[in-house]
Amino acid sequence: MELFANQVLAGIATGAIYACMALAVVMIYQAIDHLNFAQGEMAMFSTFVSWQLMQWGIPYWGAFVLTVAFSFAAGIAIERLLFKPLAKAPILTNVAGFIALYAIINSVAGLIWDFTIKQYPTPFGSSPFLGSQLISTHQAGMIGITLLMLVMLFFFFRFTRVGLAMRAAASLPESARLVGINTSWMIALGWGMAAAIGSVAGMMIAPVVFLEPNMMLGVLIYGFAAAVLGGLTSPFGAVMGGFLVGIFENLVGTYIPGVGNELKLPIALALIITVLVVKPAGLFGRPIVKRV
Amino acid sequence: MTSMLNVKDLRAYYGQVQALHGLNFQLNEGSLTTLLGANGAGKTTTLRAICNMVRSTGAIEFEGKPIGTRSTENVVRLGIAHVPQGRGTFTTMTVEENLQLGAISRSDKKNIVADIERMYDHFPVLKQRYTQQAGTLSGGEQQMLAVARALMLRPRLMLLDEPSFGLAPLIVRDLFRILGKINREEKVTILVVEQNAQLALELADQAYVIETGRIVMSGNAKDIANNEDVRKSYLGY
Repeated sequence: MELFANQVLAGIATGAIYACMALAVVMIYQAIDHLNFAQGEMAMFSTFVSWQLMQWGIPYWGAFVLTVAFSFAAGIAIERLLFKPLAKAPILTNVAGFIALYAIINSVAGLIWDFTIKQYPTPFGSSPFLGSQLISTHQAGMIGITLLMLVMLFFFFRFTRVGLAMRAAASLPESARLVGINTSWMIALGWGMAAAIGSVAGMMIAPVVFLEPNMMLGVLIYGFAAAVLGGLTSPFGAVMGGFLVGIFENLVGTYIPGVGNELKLPIALALIITVLVVKPAGLFGRPIVKRV
Repeated sequence: MTSMLNVKDLRAYYGQVQALHGLNFQLNEGSLTTLLGANGAGKTTTLRAICNMVRSTGAIEFEGKPIGTRSTENVVRLGIAHVPQGRGTFTTMTVEENLQLGAISRSDKKNIVADIERMYDHFPVLKQRYTQQAGTLSGGEQQMLAVARALMLRPRLMLLDEPSFGLAPLIVRDLFRILGKINREEKVTILVVEQNAQLALELADQAYVIETGRIVMSGNAKDIANNEDVRKSYLGY
């Protein structure tokens, strides 16, 4: 029983990584109805920017704030320059755009900062959290930051006019235009917010997986799995999905013989497929009901 | 009476297909005008062209300003509220959120709360359901909500696309009574597209009849209602 409890706790700790990334995935899905395959690379690039700022002597939280602001602006710029012209193009064109963006960002990061693995600092320290060896203060801090972002998103969407306008633009673009909402800018704003959230995810994840251009490869797949499990329409679901995927991954690794670290990634993919077949709207998502 | 909306030689296209063939009409300030016509005559397209939701050529002037090149949201921001066919309700949001969305482009935030209360006076049924998801309302209630949402813009001109569609006759009467009241009391100019010609002509002061993308008749609503051709084609007696 103690083993079980410990594995759940360890699962929550790794799940925080996925939850963080899933939040960014859901954000962009809400705005554009697609999954952005370059989301992880954008987060990685942001993390490198923060690392560079710290190399130049800017303290952690200063670099943190500057990076979030930079990522927000960069997300908007990417939408305006690359994806606005593709707004009316078929889905496959957009997917090709995402993959191109993925490759470009990955290469540019490698070009600027090379592919050697770098240490990345944590503001929370890495001692055991409340005396537990399974969860460090950094992981606890990461969980705290993820939940804080979730609460902020909730208030933004529920109680601000811009949040209301963004929800309207995402659910019914034509009706949104008919009440005077500039839906095109709402999409750009969604990109900016997703990039900003992704940058926070990257900066929280980097101390765990270390900083290098391919750091987000596995994380993004788990982030997708978490978002799909929780429901792509629900930020709360995405965070819960992240924790559940982390716990699930750990328990399967512990109790099912033969599943070592090598088979953990296929588990995430199997989870995505199972959820899409059995419960396409996810655990917390709103099923799309149409009157016929 | 001054003219509020002036439409000249309006032509609209869906891809290669031309739907409007040079429409000319005008709406007087404070008037309630109806646009009648059979299915496919171009009524909806006319409203969509005014809000630049379909490719069109020609001149559209609102209060003396040309608006033909403005985007949909910028046309709306001038004070032209459009209640589309199918009502355009934000079904996953609450009744109150729908009303707030109607006022989302307004800068006078202070008055919005009072305006929502005013809508509840006009449409008491919405007050009972203000926390309910709009998609759970009945068809009639959703149409009331759509009109209320449009009014939240404090529009100068309101365009309604077949508000009677799919509603029980009693509810249609109620809705049209409210539209008349809004026109008189709130001084909102109204253009209503209708297939229910009888009711629309009772309510309106001006009427246009459109056939295959052309205006074929225009004038005082009473005169149109007494016209023999109109009676045979649209009123059925």
